[in-house]
Amino acid sequence: MPRIPLSRLAYARSGDKGAGSNVGVVAFTPEIYEFLEKTLTTSRVKEHFSEICRGPVDRYEAPNLLALNFILHDSLGGGGSQSLKSDAQGKTHGLGILYMELDVPEALRIPDAG
Amino acid sequence: MPDSVLVANGQGFWGDSILGPVRLVNEGPLDYLTLDYLAEVTMSIMQKLKGRDPSKGYATDFVTMIRRVMPQCREKGIRIIANAGGVNPHGCREAVMATLADLGMKGVRVGVVEGDDILQDLPRLMQAGQELTNMDTGDALKTVVDRVLSANVYIGAAPIVEALEDGADIVITGRATDPSLVVAPLIHEFGWSLDDYDRLAAATVAGHIVECGAQCTGGNFTGWREVPDLARIGYPVIEAHADGSFVVTKHAGTGGLVNRQTVTSQLVYEMGDPTDYITPDVIADFTSIELEESGPDRVSIRGIRGREPTPTYKVSISYADGYKASGQLVISGPDAVEKARLCASIVFQRLELDGCHIPEDQRLVEILGTNVCLAGIAPAPEDPAEVVLRIGAKGHDRAAIQRFGMEIVPLVTSGPPGVTGFAGGRPKATEVIGYWPALIDKSLISTRVTVEEVS
Repeated sequence: MPRIPLSRLAYARSGDKGAGSNVGVVAFTPEIYEFLEKTLTTSRVKEHFSEICRGPVDRYEAPNLLALNFILHDSLGGGGSQSLKSDAQGKTHGLGILYMELDVPEALRIPDAG
Repeated sequence: MPDSVLVANGQGFWGDSILGPVRLVNEGPLDYLTLDYLAEVTMSIMQKLKGRDPSKGYATDFVTMIRRVMPQCREKGIRIIANAGGVNPHGCREAVMATLADLGMKGVRVGVVEGDDILQDLPRLMQAGQELTNMDTGDALKTVVDRVLSANVYIGAAPIVEALEDGADIVITGRATDPSLVVAPLIHEFGWSLDDYDRLAAATVAGHIVECGAQCTGGNFTGWREVPDLARIGYPVIEAHADGSFVVTKHAGTGGLVNRQTVTSQLVYEMGDPTDYITPDVIADFTSIELEESGPDRVSIRGIRGREPTPTYKVSISYADGYKASGQLVISGPDAVEKARLCASIVFQRLELDGCHIPEDQRLVEILGTNVCLAGIAPAPEDPAEVVLRIGAKGHDRAAIQRFGMEIVPLVTSGPPGVTGFAGGRPKATEVIGYWPALIDKSLISTRVTVEEVS
């Protein structure tokens, strides 16, 4: 199985949600969404953000949008204006998840890079 | 009833570019210009400004913008809806009406929606049994009540509709919910009833898509290389229809990109449970959205389902929660990272020498350039030729935080070599603002609408 970064399969956006962040991951195709729905588990996402996310991770699905929505609890160093971090609103977490490396089935059609 | 109504959003937050609204009114057709100025901590900042000067406490940018856009708006009949009132919507109206009088715009009607500001009512509401429990932590408000800075109810579309029915050309609100700024003109134009939940949900989704301005037209988009002419990015325009369907687009000839991906990116922004998007107007189900590209820079949306809203309003309360300060230095190579680490440790050691203890968990040390934002995810460069050291502290002792701010710049002459870039000078202690989300029974809140005319 080839190993590729999630950025080849999806795009993403993130923002703050109280003291946590939300990371929306949107698959390029319905076929990829099916694969990601099985593969992008909360434990996998929690592990990926282990140095950033101090709390649990929740997941919601919106298959009509080909989107998975992750809530990364306690990932901003405090809510409101409490955080001292550069990225106090989790704006970069969406790009962060796209670095994740995944083993994809040979049969999965992946859009051309670029 | 019109065939379609064009509603744009020209401001995603207080501080967004004035080019958004200016170009929206100049470069294409439009019926309504909405502007969203408020974020969670904005209200407390405004409360502070009002404390210093009772005539302030609203988004002053709005008044500057009115001067720029109003001639075009009057000519084209564009009406303006903005939550620019902050904690002083009347003060905002006075400034706007003075500007309009100055422009010689007699007859322009300016409406104000109030009733969202419950700061003065908190003791009474708490006595009446409203605990205003923190939705995130479960704590009762009484634990921080003596430190509360602002308290505002997220109000909905209904009072804005009232102002529009009363002929307001400009509607100024306090803490109106962002999507309600878009929902209101569609209720007004199409005569939707307030319990037509599917249509209200559709308008809410439209409002959600445009509430962050250019974030749905190619801004902050993963595929940024595909986005043409970001410098001239067009702000979003909703072409709404009476049946609740709508098209997301932007003015012809502007930069940016509206397609399935740029719109979907914004749909998932700040999302929680997609089946349960709650506003004061309706609960929208984002899993019912049907979306298709229907032309260049046009995305058509239909099929949205909604249900009856909750019996409560969300309340946004802010409270003083100590102090913080942060400063930065540039540190060049060789050995930039090692020297940055040393600098950070020197700062806290010197503070200890002077009896100022900042606990470990109240400190922040970031060595920017070594992978701070995506720690543990992206590979860090091995030996960058320069880094930015960002160092911060927080706590409830203001003097300690102020003292901390004085030990950063001295590193230039008393630390390792190659320390520079201290242009910001000594960082000062600023107030940390805590955010306290709560719920309140709708029956306890009454909104008021007044419309005045420029004479």
